[in-house]
Amino acid sequence: MNPQEKTVSKHNFEECMKCTVCTVYCPVLQVNPRYPGPKQAGPDGERLRLKDPYFFSYALKYCMNCKRCEVACPSGVKVADLIQAARIKYDKSVPPLRDRLLASTDLMGSVARPVSRIVNGVTGLGVTRSVLDATLRIDHRRVFPKYSGRSFEAWLKRRAKEQAAFPEQVAYFHGCYVNYNNPALGKDLVKVLNALGVGVQLLDKEKCCGIAMITNGMSAQATRNAEHNVASLRKAVSERGLKVVTTSSSCSLTLRVEYPNLLGVDNADVRDAVMMATRYIFERLEAGATLRFRPGFHKKVAYHVPCHMERLGWGVFSERLLRMIPGVEFMLLDSACCGIAGTYGFKKENYESAQAVGAPLFEQIRAVDPEVVACDCETCKWQIEMSTGYTVQNPISILAEAIL
Amino acid sequence: MRFDTVIIGGGLAGLVAGISLQQAGHRTAIVSTGQNALHFFSGSFESMDEAPERLKTLFAGAGIRLHYSAGVRLMPLGIFREAALSLEDVSLLPEPCFADKVLILGIPGYLDFFPSFLAEGLEKQGIVCRTSMLNLPESVRESPAEIRSVTLARMFDRNWDRVVQQVRLLLKDEDGVVLPQVFGLEDPSVPERIRQGIPARVVFAGTMPPSVPGIRTQLLLKRRYEVLGGTYLGGDEALEARVEGDSVRSVTTRNLDRHALEADHFVLASGGFFSKGLRSNPFRVWEPVFGLDVAYDEDRNAWYNDNFAEDQPYMNYGVRTDEALHPLVEGRPLRNLYAIGSVLGATRPELGSGGGLAIRTAFHAVDEILEAV
Repeated sequence: MNPQEKTVSKHNFEECMKCTVCTVYCPVLQVNPRYPGPKQAGPDGERLRLKDPYFFSYALKYCMNCKRCEVACPSGVKVADLIQAARIKYDKSVPPLRDRLLASTDLMGSVARPVSRIVNGVTGLGVTRSVLDATLRIDHRRVFPKYSGRSFEAWLKRRAKEQAAFPEQVAYFHGCYVNYNNPALGKDLVKVLNALGVGVQLLDKEKCCGIAMITNGMSAQATRNAEHNVASLRKAVSERGLKVVTTSSSCSLTLRVEYPNLLGVDNADVRDAVMMATRYIFERLEAGATLRFRPGFHKKVAYHVPCHMERLGWGVFSERLLRMIPGVEFMLLDSACCGIAGTYGFKKENYESAQAVGAPLFEQIRAVDPEVVACDCETCKWQIEMSTGYTVQNPISILAEAIL
Repeated sequence: MRFDTVIIGGGLAGLVAGISLQQAGHRTAIVSTGQNALHFFSGSFESMDEAPERLKTLFAGAGIRLHYSAGVRLMPLGIFREAALSLEDVSLLPEPCFADKVLILGIPGYLDFFPSFLAEGLEKQGIVCRTSMLNLPESVRESPAEIRSVTLARMFDRNWDRVVQQVRLLLKDEDGVVLPQVFGLEDPSVPERIRQGIPARVVFAGTMPPSVPGIRTQLLLKRRYEVLGGTYLGGDEALEARVEGDSVRSVTTRNLDRHALEADHFVLASGGFFSKGLRSNPFRVWEPVFGLDVAYDEDRNAWYNDNFAEDQPYMNYGVRTDEALHPLVEGRPLRNLYAIGSVLGATRPELGSGGGLAIRTAFHAVDEILEAV
């Protein structure tokens, strides 16, 4: 018998040797005096909570779930998972209406889409934002994402036949953002994949990945979405033999990592088939596929690796892809959180923290002065565009622009 | 994904090797399992009497200034230890008695720095000590027990001039001041500016981890490596190697799963037990990626010394290598793999220990790799 094999604990928390490295890289700890930090909220607190749930602290809600503590931990402790799992287990409070609205990206999208012109107009008004601030505590300084009049799903469904004609096929988990806010990104992906001879299919039916529900105390609904999505993924992967790509690092992380680790939804049979589109494309190019690039293309690009991309460890694929585009002048920004963390920065109580977290990144972007910032995350895009005025593009969109 | 060299380990040894190779035009990747021993760095490079020119150039390129003179440095508990090559934060003193009277300044609520211990130690040297507290210019934590060196350093980066003002007001007739090493997290010039603003000899003493000068060194070296085009895979873990004959062909990692990292050369800079470069269970000690031969005592009772304060034999264990630092598998060297830094333990005592071992062996591996091309 190997006794050490018996001591593996959930989220690896007993591996913590109290080295404090995680506290160095926690963006919240640096700006919010009320947050106890990843070490105390995570493994230290877990010891106490296991003794008595009384020790659960509501200050854990200040964790942005950026996972930087996990990337930094030399001992493999899943610090952020410990914190989020504790919130799921012990926080029985009903999330306020504001949090439920912010987390229901799917619902909000389907309500807003048909009347997108009105919604975009109204949310752009100062008075609306003041009302939302006063009634729901959504900060009035926050710029809202715009909704698109036509969903990406509807657009792709009309092209299903044309897409099916390609010799190879891939399924696309587009996520709420591409479907309701930015169908253009989905179309860019279709353009690039088609250029590689790959047709794009929808999943049978996808629901919001649920990441915002997990961090907003709606784990039951997140679990229902997870079960639904894993079943859809299974159909695509096992029955249709497809790989599934996404263009959002947070959707990818949720589908691959959060489902089993936080929601207890087993995805072992489909996990490896789900990947960021930049990884899928890079691997195809590495295997010999080619793209024809537009002559004379030029763009100065500064790439920001989103926190969840850091956690996936896949920033390298987007970086490599951007670097191989002729005419791209590439610069890698320092690894740092932009502060928005999904719905976190929308909340009035977090606005100042969110902007303080992002400040060093914004400063670096201004110093580098790129034409565009590249980034695989939609909420980083909103935050960086709002805070710096620079345009942010998904690497896939830059690639789509650069090819013939 | 293909590189010229893949380095496993992103601490001092791995970064020095990575930066040197990038500068020589190599394409490299570093796989780093979380952060490393630089986060506990004292600021002095063990077993280095002086800086080789190439080290000074390499560090200067990253914005890190080094200095050296044979002397002693003040330890956190008020004793002195011999030191030479150090970061500029560290005051290298010709002798322990560096002042007649010293003002030792703590920070309210900060538990990782011990003014009274320091005073006790310094008084043994015949130095007259007075302790006092610096006021914080802004409230950093709701619960003071959560104050750590990094939190303080971030705040003092913005407010270092107010520290200078306060110390000047607190100084009476002291000709020396001891401050915790919590200055200059992002900006390496802060410690020196504080020194220059205070009309007494300022000595910074180390704190409990994390080490501010160490983190700064890590940040600057990593930034330099990335500016040179290196690929730093942080928070990933090398899992398995594909070996053909006496050569390593590729390494797989946890995050890239089936996507193997291929290279002509590999460098193992994965550290000791803390960094999991070496693993152990009650029965054996092993190296997890390549399954290399490890020098350790078969008899488990010989691994440790009952006296906690004595040197512990297990700290000397490391992978076996040939003269050129090629590690051995069943006695036979892997020709395109080099083991550098703490994963060697004390198997090569002539190469030093700690920072000195990391730097010497990193340069050795770099030279071998560049010569092989």
